[in-house]
Amino acid sequence: MRINVNTEQERFAKLHAGDLVYLSGEVYTARDAAHKRLSKMIENNETLPFELEKNGIYYVGPTPSRPGQIYGSAGPTTSTRMDVYTPTLLDRGIKFMIGKGRRDEKVKQAIIRNKAIYFIAAGGAGALYASCVKKVEAIAFADLLSEAINKLTIEDFPVFVGIDCQGNDIYEEEN
Amino acid sequence: MRLINVDTIKEIIRESCSSLLFNYPSDIEEAMSLAAEKEEGRAKKAFELLLENSRIASQKHIPICQDTGMVIVFVHVGKEVLFEGNIDEAINDGVRIGYRQEYLRQSVVDDPLFKRENTKDNAPAIIYYDYIDGDRVIIEMMAKGFGSENTSKIAMLKPAQGVEGVKNFVLDTVKQAGPNACPPMIVGVGIGGSFELAPLLAKKALLRELTDVNPDPNYHQLEDELLALINQLNIGPLGLKGKTTALKVQIEYYPTHIAALPVAVNICCHVSRHTKVVI
Ligand code: SF4
Repeated sequence: MRINVNTEQERFAKLHAGDLVYLSGEVYTARDAAHKRLSKMIENNETLPFELEKNGIYYVGPTPSRPGQIYGSAGPTTSTRMDVYTPTLLDRGIKFMIGKGRRDEKVKQAIIRNKAIYFIAAGGAGALYASCVKKVEAIAFADLLSEAINKLTIEDFPVFVGIDCQGNDIYEEEN
Repeated sequence: MRLINVDTIKEIIRESCSSLLFNYPSDIEEAMSLAAEKEEGRAKKAFELLLENSRIASQKHIPICQDTGMVIVFVHVGKEVLFEGNIDEAINDGVRIGYRQEYLRQSVVDDPLFKRENTKDNAPAIIYYDYIDGDRVIIEMMAKGFGSENTSKIAMLKPAQGVEGVKNFVLDTVKQAGPNACPPMIVGVGIGGSFELAPLLAKKALLRELTDVNPDPNYHQLEDELLALINQLNIGPLGLKGKTTALKVQIEYYPTHIAALPVAVNICCHVSRHTKVVI
């Protein structure tokens, strides 16, 4: 199944934990250090470097890109480390997240509350995901190197639904 | 005495950075393909994605995983060898040059607690030396990802807990690691020694080829039993459920104190980048 993550968000509600989906559209990158800064900025009521409303975050810290290459190796990093920051971001409008690994109960509740969705990408498939990135735009925190925030345009980016809008969790589901 | 200029070592480390980070080692590739055949549905799809990733990585020369790891080097030095130059610096320079030349990610911070500033060259490596007989030098190197490293554990069991205690500890550790360790994983187990030696044994176990057969029949059997138990946990590739949670359990052991039974579990993801060079 193919979904545009920006224009077809109404389809998120029909997805189930475990579904394989190919994502296209725009997504912002952020991992540990960027999350820490974003949450500081929210605390201080500062203007954020990108609109949270209806957007998505990919937890990734890529390798530097070679000359002539669009993006470096770019598989998901472990989402669990972002859990402390995530409920706030979801409550402020983030609609989807792409990462790997488990999420805690607070994140799950925030997903249900905001009808958001958590996708899991294949951990360790950095080269595969690099080839799904068609465009990269620097947004903020360039000093954080691989942890900077970029806007990626992705195409047919394969993921599984990790936690669906109803809160069903692929890792917990018994089957 | 055999004189070895440390530039030779620097070159080996630099060269390993390019050969290691863009492929599965052949033993892993083979085990992955075999495991894929046994799976169906979602788990099979997971393997297909990972194998496709490995193809793209080597064809397009893109690092197989974006966590290009922290470099860990074991240098086994022949007792008849004399190094010309500073060996630590040579290894770290090899890492610096290799990571820069190959556009690998710099993932090392200096002060681990307060400053956590990126060293910006992926150095220093973690280096262990030991002596072997003769005039050769054997270098074993791994580029270890920390998604899986973070799920590793050590326990000081009571000797009375015995084989069952070891099994339970290994299984619990794998269960807790689950999807976060990027399964399918390789489970390195170190048994015996002391508080610091057991994890080192577990790390060394990860350096063994997957096709290696443990020379001790008891430990060989324990490896097989543990692998079967782990694969019954139904964590599966990428944590999506399935028959393959681990590709192999590797055990290393060492004598210990009458009062002790240390056990360490060092987990490595399927991106188990390791190499061995003999000089
Ligand atoms: S644990 Fe391994 S496969 Fe997963 S992100 Fe780290 S290096 Fe890559």
